[in-house]
Amino acid sequence: MNRRTLLVSLPLLGAGLAGAAFWTALSRMQKGTFDPHALPSPLVGKPLPDFSLPGQSPAQFGFSSDDVRKQSGPVLINFFASWCVPCVLEHDELMKLAAGNTQIWGVAYKDTTAKAEAFIEEHGNPYARLAADRTGRTAIDFGLYGVPESYLIDRQGIVRWRWAGPITKDIAADTLAPLLKQFA
Amino acid sequence: MIRLAIILAMLASPALAISDPNEALPNPAQEARAVQVGSQLRCLVCQNESIEDSGADLAKDLRGIVRQRIAAGDDDDQVVAWMTSRYGDFVRLKPPFNPTTAILWASPILGLLAAALLLLRRTRPAAPTPLSPQEQQELDRLMREGG
Repeated sequence: MNRRTLLVSLPLLGAGLAGAAFWTALSRMQKGTFDPHALPSPLVGKPLPDFSLPGQSPAQFGFSSDDVRKQSGPVLINFFASWCVPCVLEHDELMKLAAGNTQIWGVAYKDTTAKAEAFIEEHGNPYARLAADRTGRTAIDFGLYGVPESYLIDRQGIVRWRWAGPITKDIAADTLAPLLKQFA
Repeated sequence: MIRLAIILAMLASPALAISDPNEALPNPAQEARAVQVGSQLRCLVCQNESIEDSGADLAKDLRGIVRQRIAAGDDDDQVVAWMTSRYGDFVRLKPPFNPTTAILWASPILGLLAAALLLLRRTRPAAPTPLSPQEQQELDRLMREGG
């Protein structure tokens, strides 16, 4: 191969490779298997953090990390707050999931007991267990960005999935449902 | 009434994180370290702000934790490790050197190397190709005729 062919083919090869990389990334973004803005949680694949939270009415008792570990199936821990607008958005989806026998355990994040209770009364209660994290300190151990945010814990107590943001219909059907099946 | 409202509004200073003396550690050396560590940690819900510069609620909580850890005797690396174990490397404003970021960190050196290689090629004059037998004969003939 002489110098001229090398000089011509190198940029072409570079452009071709870059094009292939862009095409793969874009098609994966379209399919939803790649999200450049996704923030991978370092907790995924690791045991859930230790915590013990007091109850949030209407529930009488709170729950601890040990209670989550004792479950025979996956638990979806959902952080929410009455002052959180997207929480209302996902609430319908949570109600549907709960009706489908998904264990959703709610944590009222930085909320007052009365306001969080009023929120549940108004929108319905999808939560099998309900606790309050008034200082937000347990949420930080989960690496929480804000509310709503959800964590799927398998029956061994390993964090399998983190979703920062509302669980929409699409997320529930395309992402959460297969995971629930996988870790059932 | 309006005048009072205006005066009150002027009195209400913006909630600047660092200006709140209630947050600071009593030990000035420890507080200086807390500020130094905190300014390397990303406010996760802001756009490229450190937790020291941000007024966000989560940033305030994380500032408090940085100070708790430092008061409890953690060194700077331990505080950063505490944060990355929960929020990942994203919490660090300066990305660490690891296999994923190796190209990022190496890119200035790679760029310099590429430039140096190019310059080297440019400045070195190409060696003249030796004359072919025909050319040599022609040269000899011209030399004879001219001489």
